[in-house]
Amino acid sequence: MGKLFAAVVTIITLVSAAIFAMHVWWLPPDISVLGSGIDKQLEETMAATGVMFVAAQLLLALFVWRSGDANPLRALRTFPGGAIPMVAAAIVIVGAEVLVLTLVGSKVWASIYMTPPDPGSLRIDVQAGQFAYYFRYAGPDGRFGAIAPEKIDEANENYFGLDPANDTTARDDIVAATLEVPVNKPVALTLHSKDVGHSFYVPELRLQQDFVPGIVVPIHFTATKTGKYELVCTQLCGLGHYNMRAYVEVVTEPEFEQWLQDHASE
Amino acid sequence: MSDAVVRPDLDGAAHRDRHAADAAHHGPPTGFWRRHVFSLDHKVIGRQYLDLALVAVTTGMILSWLMRIHLAWPAQAIPGLDKLSPNGAANGVISPEYYLSLMTMHGTIMVFFVLTTAPFAGFGNFILPIQVGAEDMAFPRFNMMSFWVTALAFVVLLASFFVADGPAISGWTAYAPLSAVGKDAGPGLALGQTLWAVSIAIFCVGQLLGSLNFIATTLDLRTKGMTLARLPYSTWAWFITSVIGLIAFSVLLPACILLILDRVAGTSFFIPGGLVLSDRLQPHSGGSPILWQHLFWFFGHPEVYIAILPGFGIVSTILPAMTRKPLLGPRVFIGCLVAIGFLSYMVWGHHMFLSGMNPLSATLFSVPTLIITIPATVTTLLWIGTIYGSRLRFTTASLFCLGFVSVFVSGGLSGFFLAQPSIDTYLHGTYFVVGHFHFVMGVASMFGIFAGTYFWFPKMYGRMMNETLGRWHFWLSFVGVYCIFMPMHWLGLAGNVRRYAAFTDDYMKPMVPLHRFITVAALFTGAVQLLFFINLFWSRRRGAIAPENPWEATSLEWTTASPPVHDNFGGRHPVVHHGPNEYGVAGALGRDYVMQDSPESLPVRA
Amino acid sequence: MHTKHIASLTLIAAAAVVTTGALRHPGPRAGSISGTVTYTGTMPKMKVIDMAKEPSCAAQHKSPVMTESAVAGPNNSLEDVVVYISAGDQGSAPATTAVRYDQRGCQYVPHVALVQVDQPVEIYNDDKTSHNIHPLAKTNAEWNKSQPPGAPPLKETFGKAEFIPVKCNIHPWMHGYFAVLNTSHATQSGEDGSFSLKGLPPGKYTVTAWHERFGTQSQEVTVGSGDTPKVNFTFKATPY
Repeated sequence: MGKLFAAVVTIITLVSAAIFAMHVWWLPPDISVLGSGIDKQLEETMAATGVMFVAAQLLLALFVWRSGDANPLRALRTFPGGAIPMVAAAIVIVGAEVLVLTLVGSKVWASIYMTPPDPGSLRIDVQAGQFAYYFRYAGPDGRFGAIAPEKIDEANENYFGLDPANDTTARDDIVAATLEVPVNKPVALTLHSKDVGHSFYVPELRLQQDFVPGIVVPIHFTATKTGKYELVCTQLCGLGHYNMRAYVEVVTEPEFEQWLQDHASE
Repeated sequence: MSDAVVRPDLDGAAHRDRHAADAAHHGPPTGFWRRHVFSLDHKVIGRQYLDLALVAVTTGMILSWLMRIHLAWPAQAIPGLDKLSPNGAANGVISPEYYLSLMTMHGTIMVFFVLTTAPFAGFGNFILPIQVGAEDMAFPRFNMMSFWVTALAFVVLLASFFVADGPAISGWTAYAPLSAVGKDAGPGLALGQTLWAVSIAIFCVGQLLGSLNFIATTLDLRTKGMTLARLPYSTWAWFITSVIGLIAFSVLLPACILLILDRVAGTSFFIPGGLVLSDRLQPHSGGSPILWQHLFWFFGHPEVYIAILPGFGIVSTILPAMTRKPLLGPRVFIGCLVAIGFLSYMVWGHHMFLSGMNPLSATLFSVPTLIITIPATVTTLLWIGTIYGSRLRFTTASLFCLGFVSVFVSGGLSGFFLAQPSIDTYLHGTYFVVGHFHFVMGVASMFGIFAGTYFWFPKMYGRMMNETLGRWHFWLSFVGVYCIFMPMHWLGLAGNVRRYAAFTDDYMKPMVPLHRFITVAALFTGAVQLLFFINLFWSRRRGAIAPENPWEATSLEWTTASPPVHDNFGGRHPVVHHGPNEYGVAGALGRDYVMQDSPESLPVRA
Repeated sequence: MHTKHIASLTLIAAAAVVTTGALRHPGPRAGSISGTVTYTGTMPKMKVIDMAKEPSCAAQHKSPVMTESAVAGPNNSLEDVVVYISAGDQGSAPATTAVRYDQRGCQYVPHVALVQVDQPVEIYNDDKTSHNIHPLAKTNAEWNKSQPPGAPPLKETFGKAEFIPVKCNIHPWMHGYFAVLNTSHATQSGEDGSFSLKGLPPGKYTVTAWHERFGTQSQEVTVGSGDTPKVNFTFKATPY
């Protein structure tokens, strides 16, 4: 039975480790200026935990195999050093990993979440509401109109609650259902929720942030590759949570200008 | 029990005096109701908790099958489901909100009514008083109430399946404002959500009563010679778990009350102003959704340690008995339990890295989160080190302990990723998290329950379980759970979002085949549990009669009859001379162990 | 014998007189009320609906889908205004055939469904995505149900007269109405703004016109036997 256990654990360990190592299912390519920091952190953690995973499981398998006969005549052996090597290993190996990962990781974290956006960023106001995202661009006047929840009128596409009748700055605001951004240009988003908690997640951008009802949360990114990506909701928000998404289109600068013009004239 | 001063009671004098004063704590019960229903006997109450957990785990498992079938084949009609919920499953096809209801109830039932009851209230109630040498828990009436309060909570939760608008859909985490605003937020958020909060609030009361009992019993009712240092490791684990529980449930209870008030009394603890749902401006303002998260996770993180620490204790009790070797580093082990208990209160914000809190808090919370891996690593290495050089006896109980170590390694290591905010940025809300917590809770904690069952069943029911069925149960489950939960990490790395009723997004469609594999594995592993049920029910009636100490283990429960008499020790008061770790020694009568109450002096270790 | 003949002849003559009299005066005839609905002022711009988040619906539309809350026709006509008899109706037969309400291409078809009190409404999901129907009723019972693709139609009734906005929780642009009315004499203005309510026995009626954005107007009109009075409505449009 000891051999069986050792064999099963070994097979499970090696097959799992191989699938991880071969990236059979893996992150999509990163398209963000800050994404490589996260990827590097992930790969280092994967390597370290991979080694610990294989070592611990194989050690377990080995010891079970070797002691798996209840032979009462065999002398018992205590692990050399007793508990001290265990404590030492945990503190040294795990502790070192912890220190390194925390220090390096906090720099990556800070670069994304604790650094203000570039002053010249394209500003986009994002509203999440059951079960769609809408994106607001300031329009030619460069100013966002005021929004009020009591003015929201979804049947007439007024998702943000703008008041164009009385607020001239609101009249040229462009509201779209797609997040259109120019490539290689910093973008600053302000996230707010119309109703309950939602989240902003674009795997390729390595970016995720909850929308919190009652507050406006700022995030920023710079996309480095053109293409069409998906923004999906990762915060349970009701029955349509699985269907809550928008497309993110990263386009060239001229395409972006054209898109703005097309939308302005609607 | 009038003596309020708690001192290390090295010679049991205080206990003898107290016992002399209270001649009969409670005599053997008469009458059907007192004996079988409202029993004050901790052994009956422990079995009642375990039976409740059995019903709960069956319900929770069936819910998971429904979920997995729907994820793999969303249009699949499930015969009969439309009778249970005509709105949620018209024609037997699960609607999006019903999927979320099944998911919410699955998580709630499993975490609260299985993982918090069975390993802690179930086994702890039965075994702890005997292990400390007492006749019963310190407060038998509170104990009886704690079970019935828990049972009431379960009934209230199940009732929500039958309300018109369906059970709650906001997940076991019930984030506000979704859980707080009421039915404008959609189906599944009306009476069902309120019943959820009421049920959990009632559950908290039951747990608080239970925690009080465990703490008082462990500190005050130890028999002569049972110093804290000589406590069995399972008792240590239950004791620390009960301390954690006392603090954690004390926070969840008011949180649920505030949630109920927001839902029915028009308050706005968790609801800010200006929310528009169902085209209506909600009549609330001034509240904070993040406040709910703080209150919930301040409970929620310690809760997962409440779910796993008894398993640590159970494994540390069973492994020495099966390896015939002392646990490596017992004092270090207990230190790790204390460290984990202490640190568990400092990490709750790691569930909230992306919640909109100041990002600096993420860095602060990640430090203790990563540090807590150190005592967890130490305990894992101590178990592996105990197996080294041992004479391992393969029984179903020991197999589940070995399985526990393996899955705990897997689940613990995946936590490493999530503990770092920068990586959590990518993995939060994905199946990586689902794989991680199922390994540590859904598997490791369950394996601890299985190990405890196979180990203590002879003591509890006086009969042995069937080893053949047990081994098949272990092997098929062990392979099965890896097939279910390891792939979830791969899905998470690919960005597969969790809590989705269907995978309709472009980038998730290619992952459906892997989901189908997981579903098949889950249904298979679920079917395998039949072996366990059959074994349990058959063995209760027809199992081989169990001797007093079938495993040749050292702690005091193995000195009692199988099952123990009403007052456990038949009127005698055991005197403890040794700790629980005396295995692999040249004992009297040719034994390789020395029991805790054996008067022999400790021989030189072989 | 002679007397009997005279009595029969008199009876026959009397019957003939009565009959021809009846033929010349046949009793009250049904009339109708018709007219045109127009607007003054500036109409709001209908907006393009972007269904990007639901490609299976977006693909069903070859030309841009517009909002439908205020649709103008030629000569300042206002389309889709619900015109109905709100008072004076001498009794409409209860309607038993179901009104069909489709969710197609992520839109409600028709945008406004005319329904009688207690008339069955059958709601179909013709799309590949789940929809969720939420009639925001105030006097009727409010309910909220999902319909996965391929699900059987929902069969619902409403017991009270009410203009009920309907929304889909999953697709925020999907909005429509159930116009639940006490009468079978109801119609919607056509592309040229014209409407006609037929089969009205003589009497005094109140005709009401309802527009989802511009409000409600009523006029009283008397219909004589066989009359066809004209009633026109003019709504004030605002650009926002």
